[in-house]
Amino acid sequence: MPGRTKAQDDASSHDADMQDVPPSAQEEISQDAEMREDAEAEEEEEEEIETQRVRILPGSTDTAASFEFTDEGHTLGNALRYIIMKNPDVEFCAYSIPHPSEPKMNIRIQTYDGTAVNALKKGLSDLQDVCDVVAEKFWSERQSFNAEQGIER
Amino acid sequence: MAPSRHAAPSAEEHLRRNTVGINKETVTNVSSTDFPGHFPGEDHAFSIEQFQSAFSIQFHRNEANDASFSLIGIDASLANAFRRILIAEIPTLAIEDVFIENNTSVIQDEVLAHRLGLIPFNGGREGIHNFLKWYKKPEAGEDPYANSFDWNTVRLELNITCTVNPDAAPTENDPLKAYNHAHVYARDIVFVPTGRQAEHFDGENAIRPVNPDILIAKLRPKQTINLAMHMHKGIGADHSKFSPVATASYRLLPLIHITRPILGADAKKFQKCFPEGVIGLETVTREDVSKPGSGYEGHLGELKAVVKDSMKDTVSREALRHAEFEGKVKLGRRRDHFIFSIESTGQWDSDELFLESVKHLKLKCKKLEQQVINMVQ
Repeated sequence: MPGRTKAQDDASSHDADMQDVPPSAQEEISQDAEMREDAEAEEEEEEEIETQRVRILPGSTDTAASFEFTDEGHTLGNALRYIIMKNPDVEFCAYSIPHPSEPKMNIRIQTYDGTAVNALKKGLSDLQDVCDVVAEKFWSERQSFNAEQGIER
Repeated sequence: MAPSRHAAPSAEEHLRRNTVGINKETVTNVSSTDFPGHFPGEDHAFSIEQFQSAFSIQFHRNEANDASFSLIGIDASLANAFRRILIAEIPTLAIEDVFIENNTSVIQDEVLAHRLGLIPFNGGREGIHNFLKWYKKPEAGEDPYANSFDWNTVRLELNITCTVNPDAAPTENDPLKAYNHAHVYARDIVFVPTGRQAEHFDGENAIRPVNPDILIAKLRPKQTINLAMHMHKGIGADHSKFSPVATASYRLLPLIHITRPILGADAKKFQKCFPEGVIGLETVTREDVSKPGSGYEGHLGELKAVVKDSMKDTVSREALRHAEFEGKVKLGRRRDHFIFSIESTGQWDSDELFLESVKHLKLKCKKLEQQVINMVQ
């Protein structure tokens, strides 16, 4: 019977038993979590080694390259395309999702000056700066609006 | 390539470039043009200082379940990224597995399980956001509960049986009075704290449905529902039950420009072409009349139509259908003014959600930047 699980048996037994069993597994993880918080505040999934999700597609040169992002879509693709197009060294930038059933997103960058990889790196770092500004302004605006309206949360 | 001298467009030119024209049958000027090389002699290279000075936020409404604010001076691609992240990438806790021991109600097991999955839950924020972590599905052949711990699985139970109410009159026709538990509501779901969940979700922090009055099933005497549920964290991209928002959307600020005076009865008709509060009626003043070429000459004291609050407009284009307003009004939308509206399902506060989406995009970029560095090595 699927309802009678091992976890359930643990849960439905007495408190004393329960405390004996799970903590060994829990303790490890929570220590891990604390260590993680110390090392990298915002990183959530540090324990897993990140698989490589970006690669250069064949046929690319230094100044004209296509990159393939796995598990990314329009969310990042369009935002990144915009910010890379704002770079005056970039001649051309576009993104596409070659097929809707494949979790892949391609970005093409051609530059006048500098390498395509550097343009991509600059795009990603500019996007982070934008996020900082948006978050900061959003928070200060929220605080003053809440103070004005008497909203306490 | 960056030109040597940089002219900045005037404020009017800036507004013109950022206005999407809305005509009777067509739209014009729909794409962003703020790229280097688009306008000769102008610099549109990205600079964070420039962005910071041009960008602003205005709050319109800020309640836990409904927030509205404007992002001004940002491109659609970025505003859309935030919106998409709000809908599909911010994690929430929802019922993922239902273990049905007994169900003699008329509602089928799979339908019941689906209904349960869609119920939004709330609980101690600290516990949900920090204590609870991702659940990893065990591989095929592995013990199906090998990865279930108190820090990734929340157990709920629903045990309910409908009985005849002995106190009810024999002629009672209302099932709610004639029987006990004729309706099963979300409030009948019981949270079973496991391990350290007792610390994080005690008292008012208990895991509970956001709305206790959600109807789950209807029963008749002797029918019973007996089941246990496991909740996990997930994202809206996987299943919309995990989406933290009921709606997260934006619209562009509507613009109404009255180019030539609309007076008298026409003004009243014009006002009726828009939702309430968009167009106001004022009397033509001596000052208006004294301006040569204003079109108000000789109309002192008459009513004139003025734009009161274009944000309330729905851009229905009704005004463009009438001959008497032809050439007198221009409709449009500000391309860089996004009026966001976020309605949370309750597990997060709406304003907190937006901030989370910004953080999420930043984290995404940060991870990928590292990946790009790894790729080159």
